[in-house]
Amino acid sequence: MTTKVLEGYTVEVNEEGFLLSPEQWNEDIARAIAREEGIEELTPQHWQVIRWCRENAVNGRSPTLRQITAGTGLSTKELFALFPKGPAKKVARIAGLGKPEGCV
Amino acid sequence: MLNGHENTRKMAFVCTKGTLDMAYPALVMGWAALGNGVDVTMFFAFWGLDIIRKSRQDHLELAPVGNTSMKLSMMGVPMENAGIPNALGVLPGMTALATKLMKDKMRALGVPPVSEYVQMLIDGGAKLYACKLSVDMMGLKREDFVDGLAGIVTASDFIDMTEGAQIVFI
Repeated sequence: MTTKVLEGYTVEVNEEGFLLSPEQWNEDIARAIAREEGIEELTPQHWQVIRWCRENAVNGRSPTLRQITAGTGLSTKELFALFPKGPAKKVARIAGLGKPEGCV
Repeated sequence: MLNGHENTRKMAFVCTKGTLDMAYPALVMGWAALGNGVDVTMFFAFWGLDIIRKSRQDHLELAPVGNTSMKLSMMGVPMENAGIPNALGVLPGMTALATKLMKDKMRALGVPPVSEYVQMLIDGGAKLYACKLSVDMMGLKREDFVDGLAGIVTASDFIDMTEGAQIVFI
């Protein structure tokens, strides 16, 4: 475990950069992690996904991609367009959650 | 766009089997790879073509005959190592029963049917190809396959397009 400073907030992260405590997350931190992931601006659709994931996290872990599309009503294409190249990990990191546990 | 990045990890799945239990491993791993930002190519050959054939993909089956891993315990009989006798497995309806059991278990876990899974992979940016030799051998045409198929290509084409990729043969 290491600590990292994002937007002035000190957070605990694991070796892959995932926040260890979802409670340490806030929207400024989300924006900072998103920039690290190559997403310069979080649009209302990004926030819709992020909020839904935080509300539906189980044991601090992000829902799976299929759960996200089913829960938010976004299509798979839209989800991959919002969080290109690895949405499963990207959504989890930006939302301050752990990697999804399920395979689908 | 998922492709075209020099440093992106690449994986290629060669899918040669058309039974239900051999279709899902490719779909699950391909989807996991996409979710992790891996560039995914899938090549369907021989019986694997059934996974992307519109008329076949949701009718894949699992046969108990000759399948030493299928035990009576899967059918609710609490005998861990008791197999399904082949003499039973050949009875009419046994393949349908085994197939239904597996599909029910998958559905209970939130796993989508094969057609939906294939579409998720296409929508997520995976490139799906059918093997030309297999397509010709089975007398199939482009319109027999899902709309999102990237093409019907030769083995040589596949080797060319997967340079540097990690190849998984199923």
